Amino acid sequence: MAPQESTPIAQPAGLPTAEEIMEPSPMAQMRKRVFGHYGIIIGGSTLLLIVLVAIFAPLLAPFDPILDQDLADKLKPPFWHDSPKYDPAHPLGTDLQGRDYLTRLMYGAQISLLIGFSAMLISLVIGTTLGVAAGYFGGRVDIIITFIITTRLSMPVVLVALAVVSLIGSSLWIVIGVLGLLIWDQFAVVMRSATMQIRNLDYVAAARACGCSTFHIVAKEIMPNVVNHLIVVATLEMAHAILLEAALSFLGLGVQPPTPSWGLMISEAKGMMFFDAWLIGIPGAALFALILSINLLGDGVRDVTAPENRN
Amino acid sequence: MTDGTEHELILKVENLTVDIPVAAGMLHPVQAVSFEVRRGETLCIVGESGCGKSLTSLSIMNLLPSTAIRTATHLALDGEELQNVSENRMADIRGDKMAMIFQEPMTSLNPSYTIGNQLEEALLRHRKVSKSEARDRAVYLLEKVGITAARSRLTQYPHQLSGGLRQRVMIAMALMCGPEMIIADEPTTALDVTIQAQILHLLADLQKEFNMGMILITHDLGVVSRIADRVAVMYAGQVVETGTAKQVFENPTHPYTQGLLECIPIPGKTERGAHLGSIPGIVPSLVGDLPGCHFADRCRYAADRCRTGEITLRDSFDPGHVYRCVLQPDECAAHLKKGAA
Amino acid sequence: MAETDKDGQDIVLEARDVTRTFMISAGFLRGKRPLHAVNGVNLKVPRGEVLGLVGESGCGKSTMAKMLLGLLPPSSGELFVDNVPTSRMERLEMARKVQPIFQDPYSSLNPRKTIGDIIALPVRVQGNADETALRRQVEEIMELVGLPRRLYRNYPNQLSGGQRQRVAVARALINKPEVVICDEPTSALDVSVQSQILNLLQDLRAELNLTYIVISHNLAVVEHMATRVAVMYLGRLVEVAETDRLFENPQHPYTKALLDSVLTPDPNLGVPDSSLGVTYPNPVDPPSGCTFHPRCADCMDHCSQSAPRTIATETGYVECHLYDDNQGRGRAAS
Repeated sequence: MAPQESTPIAQPAGLPTAEEIMEPSPMAQMRKRVFGHYGIIIGGSTLLLIVLVAIFAPLLAPFDPILDQDLADKLKPPFWHDSPKYDPAHPLGTDLQGRDYLTRLMYGAQISLLIGFSAMLISLVIGTTLGVAAGYFGGRVDIIITFIITTRLSMPVVLVALAVVSLIGSSLWIVIGVLGLLIWDQFAVVMRSATMQIRNLDYVAAARACGCSTFHIVAKEIMPNVVNHLIVVATLEMAHAILLEAALSFLGLGVQPPTPSWGLMISEAKGMMFFDAWLIGIPGAALFALILSINLLGDGVRDVTAPENRN
Repeated sequence: MTDGTEHELILKVENLTVDIPVAAGMLHPVQAVSFEVRRGETLCIVGESGCGKSLTSLSIMNLLPSTAIRTATHLALDGEELQNVSENRMADIRGDKMAMIFQEPMTSLNPSYTIGNQLEEALLRHRKVSKSEARDRAVYLLEKVGITAARSRLTQYPHQLSGGLRQRVMIAMALMCGPEMIIADEPTTALDVTIQAQILHLLADLQKEFNMGMILITHDLGVVSRIADRVAVMYAGQVVETGTAKQVFENPTHPYTQGLLECIPIPGKTERGAHLGSIPGIVPSLVGDLPGCHFADRCRYAADRCRTGEITLRDSFDPGHVYRCVLQPDECAAHLKKGAA
Repeated sequence: MAETDKDGQDIVLEARDVTRTFMISAGFLRGKRPLHAVNGVNLKVPRGEVLGLVGESGCGKSTMAKMLLGLLPPSSGELFVDNVPTSRMERLEMARKVQPIFQDPYSSLNPRKTIGDIIALPVRVQGNADETALRRQVEEIMELVGLPRRLYRNYPNQLSGGQRQRVAVARALINKPEVVICDEPTSALDVSVQSQILNLLQDLRAELNLTYIVISHNLAVVEHMATRVAVMYLGRLVEVAETDRLFENPQHPYTKALLDSVLTPDPNLGVPDSSLGVTYPNPVDPPSGCTFHPRCADCMDHCSQSAPRTIATETGYVECHLYDDNQGRGRAAS
């Protein structure tokens, strides 16, 4: 057969034409949809910016977040306050201990992202394992895992986290661990139903009939088709973890001072709320921007991968 | 069957066209489709997936997706032009003068209401009748569609019925207001063969009894040949051949119709294990303009003259039997004989 | 390797009294009840034959297919492939011998894998994969089933329905299995594509000496493909016969009713009025005696009391009191 693909008119009658619908490959389609989605572009670029700032904080920040404190310089206003106290060396002002607020904000991003990402990763591993096992094996395994999920859902996250942290003390790694062990429920629920749907499809039956091991089926046939759900939940849970960390730090049971954390910065400034609102406003806005960008990205991923959106 | 007596015209469709704007341009899924349905007559629209048969029926009911654009020179039900009536008036017509039966009886009944509720609602929506009158009619029709213990069924929910029973309920619901026109879109595709025969039998009986017009949309040529008075074969948005069932099945003229009939195994006729006929290639994309014959790329007789201009419908051997091809009817028949030999 | 049985036939697939029971919950707090999806099926399939398995939905033909593929163990009884009981076969050995072709080519191909990977999977699983040789093997089988080689790196969504089904056929055949279970192989396809796939399956059977089990509700397809037909009703095979005998002279009343409901394209015939009653019985609560008796046109008094015996016919068997001479009450002649 000559491989040339000339116009169909040249096809002699009676010869089978190649019956083809040439659509782009799934990857190419995905790329096209991603770059046409405003949510992904805006959320993604904001998040990327925050991540870059956090990583390069030691290079970018003008001061040390903890050591460079000077009580004489305390409570310098930020640049938009037209005040004679404004010091160009501290564009976002200084806090109650006279530490540079911009520096603490940059290092705070490290903490937020570290906690959000690590806690999300722990919960992803726990939740996905449980959810995929429940969805794939069904029956008794499903009953037991569903019971575990229900048990977990009946526990109020903040209360349990507070109780645990106040019992065993508080550090960065304890906060990450506690959050990771508490917020896997979404992963488990979503993975369970996604796996259930896919395990009943014929290509899974075909793989089983080929003699594939359970591990192969889960890893090669099921996971690639549920990974889009996984990304969506992962972004939302990361936002969730960041907010929880801020809440815990605000209550004094999260990251301990003098480590710069956005929740802690808000907490330390709460006494000055009516006098110097920017002390709360700046870390608050940073938190808001981070959560919004993550959620925009997550929603965008859901939009571009959801099958019902494909038309 | 057309026995010479002129039945009253109930549905007239002329040059019905549906255009849907899509990302790649303008999709033309239905292109200048014309047909007529008379009282007591069954028109079967047959074709493969994507030929536009379902959109044709939806556009008659004005149930197209909101982006679709419908045009026609005539679209008249019982003399009333339907093209420019208000949505309210159309909603009055739907389910009253013209009813539809869908393929999947599971999804077209509301799972949270009883059968009785849904049947009565169909009548109460359109007629000023009392609840008990509506109930009586529901029982009468359930018995008509062959459901035993009809009165006790009224309190059952759809999930308590089998697929065949649900489809019977759907038919009863379509008949509640005594429609003049029934459109059935693949009514038996989701059912077992044994149930399919029963449902088709029932539809044919009821249609004669109530003297309704019926459009039956299907891809199953066996169903078409048994139930149709007239047949319209659709391909890529166009009607490529119409005629009485006898004309189309005994003298298929369009190469596509001929090809379809060669594709299906017929017990007792096709030789076991021998090769079936096939139609190579795929349906062309209907986005944008497609000059010439839509079937040309898959047709064994295609020539250069098939690829330009518009191919119009022309008469075959008998009056009322038309087809869309550049070949003369006897040329097509000669090809068919050669193919069979 | 082929042992032959006493009739000199080379039996590639055999079912001996195979039963599969599911426990179905009867409702809230009401415990579970057994559902005999497949109930005592006996079957022998000689090599090179095409066995058609027909019946209404819920009759157990899909459960039968799963057991034949080794996806579901029988509750009792034994299946034999090449005279080896499947319970004693390794999973990979079973996979080399029996392969499926599914109904819906849209759900039977993993959308995230390339065509090449999908077709190569059965070979890779067997573990002896030399990638260059494998690539050649995949391209050979693609050619055999009529797929252009350039589709190797494409994804299923880039193919038409007919092409996808060809991919499924290629995947099933790449390891040269002995038996292919075709579960409604064409019912999701358009008429013109259906005939192409049926032609392909016929050609491949002759070329590779395959044995097919064709499960279908489309009796015209079964008649065209099969050399023997087994009719299934409520988990039992009620009639097995060679295709010609079955279609010309059906014995069981259920077979007759099924054949009556086939709609061949003939405008001179009307729609047949099936003699079967409305309802297919609930398999959890099957009728007593002969399970078909409530729908049977030839039902006799004792049909509701005792289950019919298996009666040998010229080319198979039938389970019906009409043909049982011991109990026959003068009606067997009809």
